[in-house]
Amino acid sequence: MIATIAFYLFATLTIVPALCVIFARNPVHSVLWLILAFFNAAGLMLLLGAEFIAMLVVIVYVGAVAVLFLFVVMMLNIDFAQLRSGFTRNLPFGIIIALVLAFEIVVAIMSHKEGPALGKSQIATPNQPNIVALGQLLYSRYLFPFEIAGLILLVAMIGAIVLTHRKRGDLRTPNASRQIKRRPEDAIRNANPGVGEGMSL
Amino acid sequence: MIGLTHYLAVAAILFTIGVLGIFLNRRNVILMLMAIELILLAVNINLVAFSAYLGDLTGQVLAMFVLTVAAAEAAIGLAILVIFFRRRGSIAVDDANRMRG
Repeated sequence: MIATIAFYLFATLTIVPALCVIFARNPVHSVLWLILAFFNAAGLMLLLGAEFIAMLVVIVYVGAVAVLFLFVVMMLNIDFAQLRSGFTRNLPFGIIIALVLAFEIVVAIMSHKEGPALGKSQIATPNQPNIVALGQLLYSRYLFPFEIAGLILLVAMIGAIVLTHRKRGDLRTPNASRQIKRRPEDAIRNANPGVGEGMSL
Repeated sequence: MIGLTHYLAVAAILFTIGVLGIFLNRRNVILMLMAIELILLAVNINLVAFSAYLGDLTGQVLAMFVLTVAAAEAAIGLAILVIFFRRRGSIAVDDANRMRG
């Protein structure tokens, strides 16, 4: 029973914020609605018994992608008049989001005892958690695609850095190749000066 | 009792909303990228639902790969957006005619 209620709650709170993402006037509000939709999609996956993917959605989507969106939206200065409008305008919005999330966490904890919502199909044996089964599959049968996924992330990281990097004229950065090329013979001179002759100007 | 159909319906609605978002916000690239994220989320829900329904963990492995690609796509897309804004001073897609495409 509680699993059914939780499903409809998570499904509604995934779809309605997704609509708000599209129709919101302010891009910052769009990103916040997107975060709410991601949290609820993670709840849906939790109901299906896929704990690892649910946590991954929270970490990757909310923690990385949505924060990246938020940074870019605020950095690009799109709707500055509305961004400046003040703390009190955003306060009710934030309180509503917080209340909804708190309520959902309570429901999720209560419905967790019911087990996966698709009851008949048991994914893993009870003594083997979802993460263990997924890890064994990932590091045996899907090892090559897993490493390709890592390569994709590396290429994306290097690509993003190369694209957005720009040389600034007013910075004094160390010249790495000159520093590496420097040899001890050029830099150090051994000397044994007599008294009063140690300083040369 | 919640069945597979319910999850597929949620994923379908989410996918439709994502596609609608791409069509409605033709000028705002950031909102288009967010709509793409919604679409990929719908795909993930589908994969995980089928994985739970069939009792096969392959769907969850695929969902992880989709997640990887989504993160990489967001990073590259936003980087392109930043350099586009730096050059043109706006993010409207209509202005992107430098290559006469």
